[in-house]
Amino acid sequence: MTSPDRNAELRELARQIRLHSVRMTHRAKSSHVGGSLSMAEILAVLYRRVLRVSPETVEDPDRDRLVLSKGHACAGLYAILAECGFFPMDWLESFYLNGGKLAGHATCNGVPGVEVSTGSLGHGLPIACGLALAGKRDRRPYRVFAILSDGECDEGSNWEAILFAPQHQLDNLVVIVDYNKIQSLGTVKEVLDLEPFAAKWQSFRWAVREVDGHDVEALHQALASVPFEAGRPSCVIAHTVKGKGVSFMEDKLLWHYRTPQGEEYDQAMAELEAQA
Amino acid sequence: MRSTFIRTLAEAAAADPRVTLVVGDLGFGVVVDFARRFPEQFLNAGVAEQNMTGIAAGMALAGKVVFTYSIANFPVIRCLEQIRNDVCYHKANVVVVAVGGGYSYGSLGMTHHATEDLALMRALPEMTVLAPGDPVETAAATKAVAAGIGPVYLRLGRDKEPIVHQQPISWSIGKALTVREGNDLTLISTGAMLATAVAVAEMLAERGIHARVLSMHTLKPLDVDAVLAAARETGKIVTIEEHSIIGGLGGGVAEVLCEAGLPNVRFHRIGLPLQFIKAVGDQEYLRKLLGLDPTSIMEQLRIFFPGLPWV
Repeated sequence: MTSPDRNAELRELARQIRLHSVRMTHRAKSSHVGGSLSMAEILAVLYRRVLRVSPETVEDPDRDRLVLSKGHACAGLYAILAECGFFPMDWLESFYLNGGKLAGHATCNGVPGVEVSTGSLGHGLPIACGLALAGKRDRRPYRVFAILSDGECDEGSNWEAILFAPQHQLDNLVVIVDYNKIQSLGTVKEVLDLEPFAAKWQSFRWAVREVDGHDVEALHQALASVPFEAGRPSCVIAHTVKGKGVSFMEDKLLWHYRTPQGEEYDQAMAELEAQA
Repeated sequence: MRSTFIRTLAEAAAADPRVTLVVGDLGFGVVVDFARRFPEQFLNAGVAEQNMTGIAAGMALAGKVVFTYSIANFPVIRCLEQIRNDVCYHKANVVVVAVGGGYSYGSLGMTHHATEDLALMRALPEMTVLAPGDPVETAAATKAVAAGIGPVYLRLGRDKEPIVHQQPISWSIGKALTVREGNDLTLISTGAMLATAVAVAEMLAERGIHARVLSMHTLKPLDVDAVLAAARETGKIVTIEEHSIIGGLGGGVAEVLCEAGLPNVRFHRIGLPLQFIKAVGDQEYLRKLLGLDPTSIMEQLRIFFPGLPWV
């Protein structure tokens, strides 16, 4: 059980991820801020409480792996990695910009802490399955976590992997779906409804828990108790809000694309500052 | 070629626990023994090539040397983006093995004709592209890539390819094999067209025409030195491939020759036309239909090079 003070620390880290994400997408005039804001608590809990990896162990064959399959939300990932000291904080300043180190989709090329380069949807989970299976076969203790977007669950390749993982009893594999209910051209319900979502994973023989993806205590409780069942992969469906933390971005499709500029940027930063 | 491949792979797997074979629910009668002998180094990913390729990339990133194996286009085109992003970008030790290059599975129809694979694989950064010429080359190629040399595409024939190399060969990636010496013209073949190229060279020899035959088992990196030496020394180059006329061996050799700008070099490509083949027939039948049998190639050479002593 996490103490109230420790939860406050996690919430503060999530707020920092949001500040970085807004600042980075502002500077870069880039998209996808909404999907970084929705997974801020997920990243904070993973990196501060769950993942057995640190800047000192990025090459350790026994480290836990995180695969960010929703590679477009890389601003959030880069932010937490910088906060945790995997690379210098000033790398964030050249995110997306000419000559910078951090591309507009997650890249592991020269970026310590990023395990796999992603950006095309539906790639992360199959790779995570391969990492998990190799870990099992080599009797290594590491776990593999994959963060998926809801929209990318349209991809058939994910369902190939969702079939595969229970067949091979990959209980060292944990999927976290950032279920913010908005995809590229509309709500998930309008575009390709995933419901009954948890039941789908269950029927594919995954052990599933649904949590409030902004409740650090609930996230920690879920992620600290994987595997939920021995012999089964675990799925955490994190119910989240796209654009969480900035009032005018919350639950708005526009903020899949729009970049925070001018007064909108000032207001977003002011709101996030006020949450301290 | 496929039985040679699996036999060689088994030897590699016995020597190196990293070597892993991942199949897309195909290979009945071919992979069963491997699966029984090396259960921890074998995986049937099911009929799911995108996942198969992603899994292979993941296992490779965890330290393994992974061979994905399926028929014709399934392990290649169905999962092209996984090969590009997950395998090639990450420089993962994954060998994509397609059994049934060209019309090896001719009678099964268009879906099973692997006729654009070399062009697609050649275009990918980091990818080494191999199409061994006979079972002897297949063994050498399999052994070489099992060491883990980064992303590889390995195009195999099927099970009927004759042994061309009767003597031991010195095979290495990127070095064309001179199968036959000659200075009147050069026939460059890739993959299982090697036996045909040698047959053509024998027919030419009966007429006193001495063709050099190169087995260009490595499409990428292409053996530029061998191509240019052949151009300088024979002045006439013909590429022979069971692949689209675009982007494969002929395309690669054309790129080399055009940029070299050598004077007095004649160059022709023999390959497959840019059309789907709707005729029904086995490999031998389809090759004949499309001018890839020795007799048809002889007729084309006559047209290309009327100055040679044909009678």
